[in-house]
Amino acid sequence: MAMATAQSNPRAIARWQDFLQLLKPRVMSLVIFTALTGLVCAPDRINPILAAVAVLCIAVGAGASASLNMWYDADIDAKMRRTRGRPVPAGRVQGADALALGIVLSLFSVMLMGMAVNWFAAGLLAFTIAFYAVVYTMWLKRWTAQNIVIGGLAGALPPVIGWAAATGGAPLNAWLLCAIIFMWTPPHFWALSLYTSEDYAKAGVPMMPVVKGASSTRRQIMIYSLLLVPICIAPVLTGLGGVAYLAVSGLGGLVFLLLAWRLFRSHAGEAADPRNDDGLYDVRAGARDARNLFAFSILYLALLFATLLAEHLLGAAPLELFR
Amino acid sequence: MSDPNREDDAAAKARKGRNIAIALGLVAFVVLVYVVTVVRMGASVANRPF
Repeated sequence: MAMATAQSNPRAIARWQDFLQLLKPRVMSLVIFTALTGLVCAPDRINPILAAVAVLCIAVGAGASASLNMWYDADIDAKMRRTRGRPVPAGRVQGADALALGIVLSLFSVMLMGMAVNWFAAGLLAFTIAFYAVVYTMWLKRWTAQNIVIGGLAGALPPVIGWAAATGGAPLNAWLLCAIIFMWTPPHFWALSLYTSEDYAKAGVPMMPVVKGASSTRRQIMIYSLLLVPICIAPVLTGLGGVAYLAVSGLGGLVFLLLAWRLFRSHAGEAADPRNDDGLYDVRAGARDARNLFAFSILYLALLFATLLAEHLLGAAPLELFR
Repeated sequence: MSDPNREDDAAAKARKGRNIAIALGLVAFVVLVYVVTVVRMGASVANRPF
């Protein structure tokens, strides 16, 4: 599929920037941020150069899995407005080249992590790459509406890998960081898919609004939001978060729930609104509520991890309510 | 009609860019392995028996 797409445009010339685009640099920057938080929050300290190498390995591993994803999903990407300009469906990079880049960078990142840092972190990194590229991309994404729920584990693991790089282990607090991202993923992506579901339907991807409808999706977003907020506050009970984290997670959680409730009560995703067409993200009837939750979900997660990072870098005392 | 020479120039420029990127990547890899080796050996280098 990828080969056929590329061969249809034999004149296209691959520049180094196209190979960089295969690694999804914006996703890499988010992975670096969450992995760094896990590494800094861990109680043990490692050499700063080795810490930088660990973060590099996690970032390159994320890029490798993105390249494998773009190789396999070229047929889907070609049908969606958001993704049809990517290097493989646009014909600038051969599918086989994207596959080769993904395999080489996967091996590089895992082997370097193992030899330079520790093999537990390397094993977790290898699992994350395989989970995203094989379990999510090749199986879940095309098969079930729960694709981003289960597949979200791959995006949730970087802080655990960062923690494991620093300590050689992964205790409860590391998995708490993982749980926050894991539970955050469904409301985040389903809010987005409520106003981009036509693209997914056209590509045959069984996203929740396509399979179960907008009403069911809004209800499930509400349920996941109710589960998410207590998990986001939980780090103050386990010796991970301090006063600032309690304030950010609590107040931000209230806003998150308010926006999820408004979305639940809206008609987002149900009918097209012909008055609006703003290109990438068309605003459908009531979809403003979906867009508000989507935008705030990004801010909320960023604030949670930035606060944890700041507290640990500045040496702020955790609350340790249950310790 | 497109000019074939012009496309060749663009292809050559793109190839040169890719080659430079690969070269920089390889140099960065060598430096990385060297630095990691020194850090991992640490003080043991100075403390080894002669």
